[in-house]
Amino acid sequence: MANTHVIRDATCTFCGCVCDDMHLTVDDDTHKIVKAENACVLGRAWFKEHGIEQRPFALIEGREASTEQAIDAAARILADARFPIIYGLSDTTCEAQRQAVAIADIIGGSVDTTTSVCHGPSGIAFQDVGEATATLGEIRNRADLLIFWGGNPAESHPRLFTRYTVTAKGMYVPNGRKDRTVVLVDVRRTPSAAVADIFLQVKPRRDFEVLWALRALVKGRPVDPTIEQVTGVPLATLEDLAKRMKSCRFGVLLFGMGLTMTRGRHFNSGALLALASDLNEYTHFVAKPVRGHGNVTGADNVVSWQTGFPFGVNLSRGYPRFNPGEFTTVDVLSRGEADAALIIAADPASNFPQPAIEHLRRIPVIVLDPKSTHTSQLAKVAITTASYGISVGGTVYRMDDVPLTLRPALPSPYPSDESVLTGIKDRVRELIGGNRMPAMDRIGAAA
Amino acid sequence: MSETMILIGGRSSAQGTSVCAGKFGTEYVNVSSTLEMNVEDMARLGLKDNDPVRVRSATGEIVARCKGRAAKDLPSGVLFIAYGPLSSVLMDGDTAGSGMPLSKSIDVQIEPVR
Repeated sequence: MANTHVIRDATCTFCGCVCDDMHLTVDDDTHKIVKAENACVLGRAWFKEHGIEQRPFALIEGREASTEQAIDAAARILADARFPIIYGLSDTTCEAQRQAVAIADIIGGSVDTTTSVCHGPSGIAFQDVGEATATLGEIRNRADLLIFWGGNPAESHPRLFTRYTVTAKGMYVPNGRKDRTVVLVDVRRTPSAAVADIFLQVKPRRDFEVLWALRALVKGRPVDPTIEQVTGVPLATLEDLAKRMKSCRFGVLLFGMGLTMTRGRHFNSGALLALASDLNEYTHFVAKPVRGHGNVTGADNVVSWQTGFPFGVNLSRGYPRFNPGEFTTVDVLSRGEADAALIIAADPASNFPQPAIEHLRRIPVIVLDPKSTHTSQLAKVAITTASYGISVGGTVYRMDDVPLTLRPALPSPYPSDESVLTGIKDRVRELIGGNRMPAMDRIGAAA
Repeated sequence: MSETMILIGGRSSAQGTSVCAGKFGTEYVNVSSTLEMNVEDMARLGLKDNDPVRVRSATGEIVARCKGRAAKDLPSGVLFIAYGPLSSVLMDGDTAGSGMPLSKSIDVQIEPVR
């Protein structure tokens, strides 16, 4: 009989739901998690496939090396670079994220997270419009109208429906599904439509127009019936939805990347956030972006509390500057500007635009990742680290900005991202002799 | 014969589970190279399930296997592909000053591979 032990109330870090009610059974002989009670299909795969693999501790230019050697090589690359970028960070702990920000500060580089290619536009919209917000606990206990916009939680966040929203029973919605009206808005009919009472199929690239029409209807302004030709949604359907939104007790707009990754980007997110704010003249209404990676929300929080901005931050002048489009990773790489990259727990070589990937091939890249990825394969220095949540403890933020403590189940021989980044930080500081002198001061000193 | 359509990249359940096993695994490679297409569009283009189809954007070109979706689920002229190395080939690096490349709204030319 196999030797096993059980970790109760562990946390799944696959997606932004960060469900913290996992009961994990660990096979101590094979060093694998053999059962993940309460996990969804994605969580089961996450735990099953993150056993302890036999991988080199590090590779430097394809040759096996120790972690210490790789830390030194990485630090030398970063110390020599003039416009380095640090990117990723959404699948690691807050403790590791703060070390990454510290490195960016020392080397005078840019720090950016996967938020910039996720809900970055929503982050821009928050600054313009604000956010009427709530925790998932409030939504679970109070929401009687749920509107999912531009997302497919049935496939991307399965337990968002069952644990926090659609079927969950709450204090003021004791009958769960029966007490809630569910609306889905999307350009295609996804598996999420099966849970919806109302499905609005919008023409591609017309979300903004639908949102703006709803704002007008909520305020009692007239909307021309030709809105249907523009958006694919009949005016009567929009009028009905506006009426439901104004008359519900607690309404929620949960929005996905169907808004941020299409025409309009931050204008779409801004229109939705403004709609939620408008509705508070009539009832209680909130909006939440549905976040993808397990600690992408933590990345926003850590980078914000350390620099004042959530992503796309540059520290080359000795103080933080935030400018999406200038300091965000896709832009810095596609324009061929970065001369080194430190990638933590992300795989831009498999999901960035080609011009950005081509530049990654031209510059020295350092990667920290538990698994082999397209990015680790092009990296000059690839360091194997332990998986957060499975082998590494620490703090992560759920998509509603609630911090949770990890309860790791599987000891790993590989170091944590935090320990590797701390090593790189200390070594870089030695090599540079403190923080790099800001660019403007260097010019002044030369003159 | 080629047609202009709109490509939407996104997540799927199979993509999510297969990515855990690794991006070089057969399942992930298959999932991220499957192009979902309205069945009526496929019929017009003379395509059936698993046929190779060339997808060309202003940035790059891929060949994917097509899979039919009912017309009520996926509108005519709209395509879906799970995020992965192939979808990234078609993405433009210009973010219009936002940091975000358009991955859910890519104009593409579709053409059967004969």
